[in-house]
Amino acid sequence: MKKRKIKYDSIEYSPSVIARKVVMYAILTLISVAFVAPIAFMFLGSFKMTKELTRVPFKWMPDSFNFTNFKAVFEKIPFFLYLKNTLIIVFFNMIGSLVSNSLVAYGFSRIKWPGRDKVFILVIVTMILPFQITMVPLYLMFNKWGWIGTFLPLTFTCFFGYPFYIFLIRQFLIGLPAELSESAKIDGAGEFRIFWQLTLPLAKPVLATVAIFAFMKSWNDYIGPLIFLSDQKLYTLSLAASMLKSNLDPQWTVLLALGSMMVMPVLILFFVLQKYFIQGVTMSGIKG
Amino acid sequence: MDYRKKDIRNALLFISPWIIGFLVFTLYPILSSLYYSFCEYKVIKAPVFIGLRNYINLFGDKSYLAALGNTVYMLIFGVPVTTVTAVAVSILLNNKHLHHAGIFKVVFFIPTLVPTIVACFLWIWMFQSGGIVNTVLGYFGISGPAWLSSITYAKPAFIFYMIWTIGNAVIIYLAGLQDIDPNLYEAAEIDGAGFIRQTMSITIPLLRSTILYNMVTLIIGVFQWFAEPLIITEGGPGNATLFYSLYLYQNAFRFFKMGYACAMGWVLLVISLAIILVLFKVFKFGEAEN
Repeated sequence: MKKRKIKYDSIEYSPSVIARKVVMYAILTLISVAFVAPIAFMFLGSFKMTKELTRVPFKWMPDSFNFTNFKAVFEKIPFFLYLKNTLIIVFFNMIGSLVSNSLVAYGFSRIKWPGRDKVFILVIVTMILPFQITMVPLYLMFNKWGWIGTFLPLTFTCFFGYPFYIFLIRQFLIGLPAELSESAKIDGAGEFRIFWQLTLPLAKPVLATVAIFAFMKSWNDYIGPLIFLSDQKLYTLSLAASMLKSNLDPQWTVLLALGSMMVMPVLILFFVLQKYFIQGVTMSGIKG
Repeated sequence: MDYRKKDIRNALLFISPWIIGFLVFTLYPILSSLYYSFCEYKVIKAPVFIGLRNYINLFGDKSYLAALGNTVYMLIFGVPVTTVTAVAVSILLNNKHLHHAGIFKVVFFIPTLVPTIVACFLWIWMFQSGGIVNTVLGYFGISGPAWLSSITYAKPAFIFYMIWTIGNAVIIYLAGLQDIDPNLYEAAEIDGAGFIRQTMSITIPLLRSTILYNMVTLIIGVFQWFAEPLIITEGGPGNATLFYSLYLYQNAFRFFKMGYACAMGWVLLVISLAIILVLFKVFKFGEAEN
């Protein structure tokens, strides 16, 4: 997918092209500013005092940069406990997603069996199934199993495949040459060894994408923890934030500081691994 | 074609996690959801079969109809506005004269990285009567409404939320735009077709399947939307932002009417499938025309 580069030397600097360019940059810059504004507001707001936040007319910059609000986060909630809970869920989501979906995707792409592609359509169909339809029975089922108020509904379930990730990995694996496994089979290698030693190392880019998606999904998740974690000791950062918000007197400057702390790791990860983020999203748009 | 027995066994082993997951965490819940939708089920007591009562009650439930109406509002206004914005932004980003597409791309993608709860905090603040949105409107001499506590303006504030999170769609549109043969534009340019003409006659028609994909994603999203209205407005003011899934959630986990919630879930599934099918038909119809 090369970016097309066509040079129109004569047209490039004509007044109409320059005018069009100016308009284009102006529009994009304007929209960009609007897109960044909420995030800038959050980072700047996390240094403000309450009265600065509510001041009319609104002022972007805080009077001074001090970390009072960040310190207050640690005083108001057991931050590290909630961070640990979040990370436990994130960890199992990443491991579970990688292990189960690479196995399943391998079975749907590198081995020939009757009806394979028909069954795969079923996988795709379950992708558009709204969570709302399984939400209530799942809750009742986990309740019966005594899993409500444990991490299990959010962690254990990740080890059983997630259609979207199966789809992503399968798309990648199906593009690998067939000779890859054929020659190894002649040498007497078993299917699992071919999967583990030959295929997975080649699939690193797509596995990285899945790992990132799984991280983002579980780090940002609000609905899952809200429904399945009833015990305050198991709360994630998202739930803690929502709990702080529903206080009678929510201290918004502290909430913005907590928000900044939750966004920061994701932003850093994004800037380091940008390629995989964009790649993954692009792949999701390719029809199966 | 011959299949080796060993291959079939291996394949089953490899996909067994999915088989178990599908049976336990998808198929069984779906079937029980269908059954519960015909029951009165209040968690503490065993489900009692009541036939179609839940479905019939939906039509007399004012809150349900409000939720349905609000969701339709988002489908009619939110989805097209968001789609047009995303396509327009992508076309601008794909322009050959733009030299900093990478930076802009990042800017549009960043909002999708923000955790739901944090994004909701930001919306509460941006759209307060003395918030940033109204401050900016004030620069132009417009005195903005108290968005989130206004029956008229609460939903538009949520449309802005949809627009703010177009990052994923933009990336997908950009991939679609890159696939369009540049020779087509060259030929059009030689024929004297301007930018608008090129966009309408080349870009949009060839981007059709990508638009369809993104719209379907968006529509599913609108039907499943509930964390955001739950945190930002709790469905208020009045029932102005009570969206479909939010009301479903409330029925299940606030009023503990599990059977009723399941019935809502099934209506949701049927409606969204119907809309998706119609969209497919519409887009395919256009395809045959060309």
